[in-house]
Amino acid sequence: MKAAPFRYERPLELVSALTLVRDPEAKALAGGQSLVPVMAMRLARPQVLVDLARIGELEGIERRDGELVTGAMVRQRTLERFAGLEHELPLVAAALPYVGHREVRNRGTVGGSIAHADPSAELALVAATLRARIEARSLERGREISAAEFVRGPFQTALEPGELVTAVRWPTAGPEDRFAFAEVARRHGDFALCGVAVHLRRGQGRVALARVGLLGVAAVPVVHEVAEQLDGAADPAAVAADVAGQLEPAGDMHASAGYRRRLARVLVERCLRQALGGPSGG
Amino acid sequence: MTVTAPPAAPQETAGRHVGAAVERIEDPRLLVGRGGFIDDLDPIPGALEAAIVRSPHAHARITAFDAARARRAPGVRCVIGPAEVAQMPPFPLTVKTPMPYRPAATDRVRYVGEPVAVVVATSRHLAEDAAELVAVEYEPLTAVVDVRAALHPDAPRLHDEADGNLATDRTMQFGELDGAFANADAVVEGSFSFPRYSSTPIETYGVVAHWEHDGAGDQVTAWCNFHGPFTMQPVIAGALGLAPGQVRLIVPEDIGGSFGIKSGVYAYVALLAIASRHAAAPVRWIEDRIEHLLASSAGNDREMEFAAAVDRDGRVRALRLDLIDNVGAYLRPPEPATLYRCFGNLTGAYAIDAVALRSRAVVTNKAPTGLNRGFGGQQLYFGLERLMDKIAARVGVDPVQLRRRNLIERDAFPYSTPTGGQYDSGDYEAVLDLAVARSGYEELCRRRDEGRRDGRLRGVGIATIVDPSGTNLGYVSIATPPERRVRGREKSGSTEHVRVSVDAGGEVTVILGSTPQGQGHRTVARQVVADRLGIDVEHVHARVEMDTATTPWTVSSGSYSSRFAPLTTSAAIAAADRVAEVLRRAAAVLLECEAGELELAGGQIRVAAEPERAVLFRHAAGLVHWDPGMLDGEALLYADAAYTPPQSRHATTNDEINSSLCYGFVADVVAVEVDPETLEVRVEAVTSVHDCGTVLNPLLVEGQTSGSIAHGLGGATLEELRYGPDGQMVAASFMDYLCPTAAELGFEVAFDHVVTPSPHTPLGAKGAAEGSTMSIPVALANAVSDALAPLGVEIDRLPVHGTVIHELLANRQKGSEWR
Ligand SMILES: Cc1cc2nc3c(=O)[nH]c(=O)nc-3n(C[C@H](O)[C@H](O)[C@H](O)COP(=O)(O)OP(=O)(O)OC[C@H]3O[C@@H](n4cnc5c(N)ncnc54)[C@H](O)[C@@H]3O)c2cc1C
Repeated sequence: MKAAPFRYERPLELVSALTLVRDPEAKALAGGQSLVPVMAMRLARPQVLVDLARIGELEGIERRDGELVTGAMVRQRTLERFAGLEHELPLVAAALPYVGHREVRNRGTVGGSIAHADPSAELALVAATLRARIEARSLERGREISAAEFVRGPFQTALEPGELVTAVRWPTAGPEDRFAFAEVARRHGDFALCGVAVHLRRGQGRVALARVGLLGVAAVPVVHEVAEQLDGAADPAAVAADVAGQLEPAGDMHASAGYRRRLARVLVERCLRQALGGPSGG
Repeated sequence: MTVTAPPAAPQETAGRHVGAAVERIEDPRLLVGRGGFIDDLDPIPGALEAAIVRSPHAHARITAFDAARARRAPGVRCVIGPAEVAQMPPFPLTVKTPMPYRPAATDRVRYVGEPVAVVVATSRHLAEDAAELVAVEYEPLTAVVDVRAALHPDAPRLHDEADGNLATDRTMQFGELDGAFANADAVVEGSFSFPRYSSTPIETYGVVAHWEHDGAGDQVTAWCNFHGPFTMQPVIAGALGLAPGQVRLIVPEDIGGSFGIKSGVYAYVALLAIASRHAAAPVRWIEDRIEHLLASSAGNDREMEFAAAVDRDGRVRALRLDLIDNVGAYLRPPEPATLYRCFGNLTGAYAIDAVALRSRAVVTNKAPTGLNRGFGGQQLYFGLERLMDKIAARVGVDPVQLRRRNLIERDAFPYSTPTGGQYDSGDYEAVLDLAVARSGYEELCRRRDEGRRDGRLRGVGIATIVDPSGTNLGYVSIATPPERRVRGREKSGSTEHVRVSVDAGGEVTVILGSTPQGQGHRTVARQVVADRLGIDVEHVHARVEMDTATTPWTVSSGSYSSRFAPLTTSAAIAAADRVAEVLRRAAAVLLECEAGELELAGGQIRVAAEPERAVLFRHAAGLVHWDPGMLDGEALLYADAAYTPPQSRHATTNDEINSSLCYGFVADVVAVEVDPETLEVRVEAVTSVHDCGTVLNPLLVEGQTSGSIAHGLGGATLEELRYGPDGQMVAASFMDYLCPTAAELGFEVAFDHVVTPSPHTPLGAKGAAEGSTMSIPVALANAVSDALAPLGVEIDRLPVHGTVIHELLANRQKGSEWR
């Protein structure tokens, strides 16, 4: 388990990094929690490794109008401990403790998790559910991509060659927003067999918005809009059964397709009940 | 685990130190990272590094092998492959079925991960780079991974020389079986299957091998984290075409865990020795985690059928067992030992006079198996203790009550089992009573019943098992029918050696060849020897050292089958007694009395009848070194002693054998709750009550028991070396091979002890390192079955977790049998 030979670069500026990653054989290195093991197994063999750790432009958490903007290199643990996170981004605060273990989150980055696009990544699910926006930059241009469209397949994203994720813009919670998150994994810290994130917004006694995001049940995080059903006074159990019935999960040694569907139904119902009954997030 | 220790000291202490909760002297060094593990050693400067090319196929013919490009790669010294390995004689096998086993493939690969070539280079990185350049062409063959499929006449055959995939098959019967079944009020049956899992030691296999040739001939020296049984030393030599004396094994002071798994490293010693010969240089190989999970070793997976002839009141009169072990692609020695390790205690904790056994080992396209903590016990008791619960359900009594009716009674010891076991001591009812009391069994059952009314799925499970320790190696011969065993070549053995010496300042050194892997042998050896010599532990220095060229050892040496407490301590006592004899002679000179009048106590040697007439221990030792002329004849303060228990005899011609020296007892109670929606299994509490005879050091017993519980739960709920039908291993990294972590072990644990000292060991001690690894898997399965009783499903195979229960329920609803 020794990586194939590679060249290591640690640029200090974003432009240098963007120049280096134009090489199709180059790969960005963030926290290394996913990339380094696959390199050790020689399943990834970049010829140039571009370490983003020293690029100040990718650091920092910033409050903007209705948004929290996290630099790509913000460590997951830094975000988890960001004062006020549970009020501004309750769903992120609820999901982060499920990302691996504390030791993994100490190194793992927000941008790395988003860019890696593991089908079971909690941050990608939460980003898709919240309709967060991903900032991407290449030498030529910068652009924003909706998190709902960012993940294209397992470990595949909308990033184009030469592009890096530079930040994630998370819409912060308003007074009418409610959230819930739940997941089941074989062990604490394992990738989830199924995870569910719910974002609900009430307005004038109605359910104005109800998004149910699921992970572990498809190649990418899936988000269902269920406001109409809930507003039509459907029981959360019925909504959950409906959502779960539409899934075509894959099975593996840890969970059969049928079991994943069961988990989806149970967790969606639990999360909907919690969001409908729980305290507001804002 | 939150541990509740027993309320009071469990026993009378045998001496000042034995029985005391002495902290491990091994820990400070290990905790600050100063251990001396194989990869920390640089025994021969300039050792090259090896990387191993492994088969990606479960079953294939090697049609071409070309290492030319790899040999030209930077830093590469040599590449050995099928041609070189084919020149090695196969390892000498335990049974004679023609299924030759070599440490790497020659013309065919039989499991994913089987070594095919070894690349030796100046660094591991370069060796791995070059390993990618080794071109191997394979012609895939159909793989078979399931034992029942492998037994089918049309199954793909792994070894052309053999008639099929059946490696051993023995049928035996003891006692009045047919009558018992004919007259039974009921016959209760069950089919069970036990999974394949490991112990995942943190340190993987490691070998530094050096093949030298000089005027005296060939000599192989290998540093390796091997811990016995040293029966494998001649096996290694056999595969190298050398005499055992030409193979010197040196074991580092520290081994980073094994639990039996590292016994299998011996095959790599042979492989790396050959690599060293071709490289003409010492070669180092440290296994990586993926290699370890794919191809090191694991406990056998087993399919089994049990049947019991039962009376109306639930008394079991006879048992019928049909065991089929999956030993992987080769019957790697010491397999088929898993089938026979529990031979003497086949009937478990129960007074059952008749038993019939068919035991088979079958080769399949999985990696070879071997020792794994509990060795054979977890498999056997999974069947037996699930069956006891089924009998309880049939008879309509509580599982605890059913066990009470069948346990061997306290005044029946020493108890002879139908298969030749001699249970040395025990009070099984007392242990069970204590387990019931400490677990709050009645309360757990009440809560379960109450919860059921609200739709909660709580369950309570129990297992009561006999915990064998101090293996008699002779049990392996049961695999060979008596008429084919050669007279005069029978095998028995539990012998252990220890050396004790005393220097001129009265400091005592104990040399242990016991190859511990973290158990704390040094700590306990000090306690034992200090008591025996009547001195403080501070003056006893215990060292572990295993060098087959210089350390006293025999084939049964090593660390396996929980043999330190019963055997190594006994040898330490014998050695201490020899030096004590000499010290008494020296003290007699100083005190002008007879040596026979003297005793060793309080750092002195004194006249027993007149304790004030005394000399210091160190003065007596000083006399032996400085003024030996005062002593008549030889006066040696170096004593090598062996302990050979007379109870370990070879198998009789009617297939009886006392397969272990000691038989402890364990009663475990597990309380679980299953989430009725997600079907997740949560362990709420575990109670474990043991009788391991005299407790030498309660801290170590608790450490062992905690570890056994964690290991047992790992195997029961998380860990599984699962193969797909094509023979690909699905759990080949820690992403999928799930060991329990602190987060999964957050339940309450209560420990307690009952002490019935063994009459077979000088201290009365029995082994304590495996117990709950044998009982927890089935206790958990019993608990989950109990929890799921309202839903009408039972857990007859492991591991059990959410998806398994989901499928059981789904198939039950479909009305089909799950198996
Ligand atoms: C034991 C363990 C358990 C884990 N459990 C979980 C879990 O439960 N849930 C979960 O979500 N994750 C889990 N992870 C993964 C962890 O969250 C990783 O940190 C994350 O997936 C990748 O982040 P990273 O910063 O380490 O990225 P790296 O490993 O450095 O990179 C990952 C990939 O993203 C690319 N990349 C990184 N940064 C950028 C960027 N700015 N722009 C473009 N591409 C980029 C890299 O080139 C690489 O391909 C676990 C990891 C471990 C080791």
